[in-house]
Amino acid sequence: MGLIEAILITVITASTPLLIAAIGELVTERSGVLNLGVEGMMLMGAVTGFVTGYSTGSVVLGAIAGIVAGMAMAALFAFLVLGIVVNQVASGLALTILGIGLSGLIGANYTGLRLEQKPPAIFGALADLPYAGKLLFSHDFFVYAAFALVILVAWFLTRTRAGLTLRAVGESHTSAHALGVPVRRLRLYAILFGGACAGLAGAHLSLAYTPFWVTGMTAGRGWIALAIVVFASWLPWRAMAGAYLFGGVTIAQLQVQGFGLGIPSQLMSSLPYLATIVVLVIISRTRTGSSAPAHLGVPFWPDR
Amino acid sequence: MRLVLEKRQEASDLMAYASPLIAVAITFAFSAIVFAAMGKPVGASLFTYFIEPLTDLNSLQELAVKATPLVLIAVGLSLCYISNNWNIGAEGQYVMGAVFGSGVALAAQGTMSGPHVLAAMLAAGILGGMLWGALPALLKVRFGASEILTSLMLVYVAEKVLDYLVRGPWRDPKGYNFPQSVAFDTTVPVLFESGRLHLGSVIALGVVIAAFVLVGRTLKGFELQVVGQAPRAARFAGFSPARATLFVFAVSGGLAGLAGIIEVAGPIGQLQPSISPGYGFTAIIVAFLGRLNPIGCLIAGLLLALTYIGGENAQIVLKLPLDLTKVIQGFLLFAVLACDSLILYRPRLIAGGSHGGTAHGAH
Repeated sequence: MGLIEAILITVITASTPLLIAAIGELVTERSGVLNLGVEGMMLMGAVTGFVTGYSTGSVVLGAIAGIVAGMAMAALFAFLVLGIVVNQVASGLALTILGIGLSGLIGANYTGLRLEQKPPAIFGALADLPYAGKLLFSHDFFVYAAFALVILVAWFLTRTRAGLTLRAVGESHTSAHALGVPVRRLRLYAILFGGACAGLAGAHLSLAYTPFWVTGMTAGRGWIALAIVVFASWLPWRAMAGAYLFGGVTIAQLQVQGFGLGIPSQLMSSLPYLATIVVLVIISRTRTGSSAPAHLGVPFWPDR
Repeated sequence: MRLVLEKRQEASDLMAYASPLIAVAITFAFSAIVFAAMGKPVGASLFTYFIEPLTDLNSLQELAVKATPLVLIAVGLSLCYISNNWNIGAEGQYVMGAVFGSGVALAAQGTMSGPHVLAAMLAAGILGGMLWGALPALLKVRFGASEILTSLMLVYVAEKVLDYLVRGPWRDPKGYNFPQSVAFDTTVPVLFESGRLHLGSVIALGVVIAAFVLVGRTLKGFELQVVGQAPRAARFAGFSPARATLFVFAVSGGLAGLAGIIEVAGPIGQLQPSISPGYGFTAIIVAFLGRLNPIGCLIAGLLLALTYIGGENAQIVLKLPLDLTKVIQGFLLFAVLACDSLILYRPRLIAGGSHGGTAHGAH
């Protein structure tokens, strides 16, 4: 029990940033906007979160700062794609490139510092329960925030009027616009939500997962989150499965490296990326028709 | 007051040329603000960053050396982007080109040298980049997997391959355990006695001209543009989008691979874990700033090379962090994309209140 429990706990920790970032991007994409800037927003969330957490000594403040930074980046993206109708793919790439540079600049003086504070375990009191107590209740608030996000987003998208409207906008912005739905305002909210989630995911990396800041520390997790959204066929519950699948692969390769079986460590550490490719291929091949929002990535400008 | 965009009747030719210039001007202004915010003298910083590298012959050569990989990669990426194929894994194709080419160099090491070895190295570099670029193209064409994500994932894999080779089988046994290969016997020759300008820059110029002819003067170039801009028309014309995807990924991968082996066998001279300051990603900016035109890529490549050299200067002279260069480059891409919308839309300021039909959703 001991070892398996320990491994499962690390899988949960490794999956959390992927899950948070993916659920945010899922909402953005459901509104018909493809934001490829997740990696950049995550990095900005990570560096802002760490700098704030280190300066104030509060992990919670750090997480909030991460969310704000992610939203600020998302607002920049929204200005481009909603405000002046720039190509979404190119804008997302620009966001990632800017985020990589800006986060490096901001974090230059914080590299190598270590955060002493641990994120609070909000259900810590229950962790002493027998059997699965530790597995279920010993985590920090990021983990429960991720679960809560999945439940809330699933409920929002399928059970609320606003959620259905958001999906309608993603399926056909022209029809939604003709019905009087404020297409761009809803998309703005969806983009900002995606940015907030990416920022929180980044903050988890620098405040809880490592906990320190190093340039480019997301190491492609933002892109993997994008792949998880595809894997999930834009459904929140499947995004959770996807995040845990990739988190599991990450931990599995680390465990195998730890045993030192003579397999080159570089091969093992490229497994999450190779797994992403394999999963994308399988999911794209087996899907009959496309479950992507019909107007995903299509620019919109209300002519009349 | 609020800003409203009006769609132009047709794309503005004037703006097509003016937009990159406006973007560069905005970026200069942004840089000045950043320098001021960091407490540096604005005039001197701008001079160090953007002017000083142009003032002596040696640093002009450096400019060409840095621009060479950027231009080579960006020309290939332009072909991808005009045909609506999103290759963002050029960094990985660059690395695999360097790896394949170095394989030939190391095989010939100590036994053969001369122009034919160099030619074989460059050919192997092109092949390596081409294969790495063909993977996402095949996965897109055959299975419908998003080329954006697969090409990007392959960057990380390529970097792991390189890391494994220089720390493992290809490590120089006499290299004091440093993770690097032996210095190559066969290298890309420099053009002048002093300075580092090398044959690669000439090759890059040739590639620019060839691509210019391809895009502007051949059926293939026309096909790529139709596939990108009007997929339905392309189908009626019998142009296969799958063939276009494979073609542009093979070409852009090959060019990125060529850039990789030229860099490793030229300025660097050996294989080591870090062989690129992000050329493959910066080339994306070059491609857009050059408006996806080969000649434009040449000019834009020189400008981005200037930011690399200026950044290094500014780090030494003004103690400005090197990451600032990436921020300026990233901002430049934003500015370019924003200004490009001037080509299709006319911005207008409208005094408060709602205004007929355009008001809806415009705030």
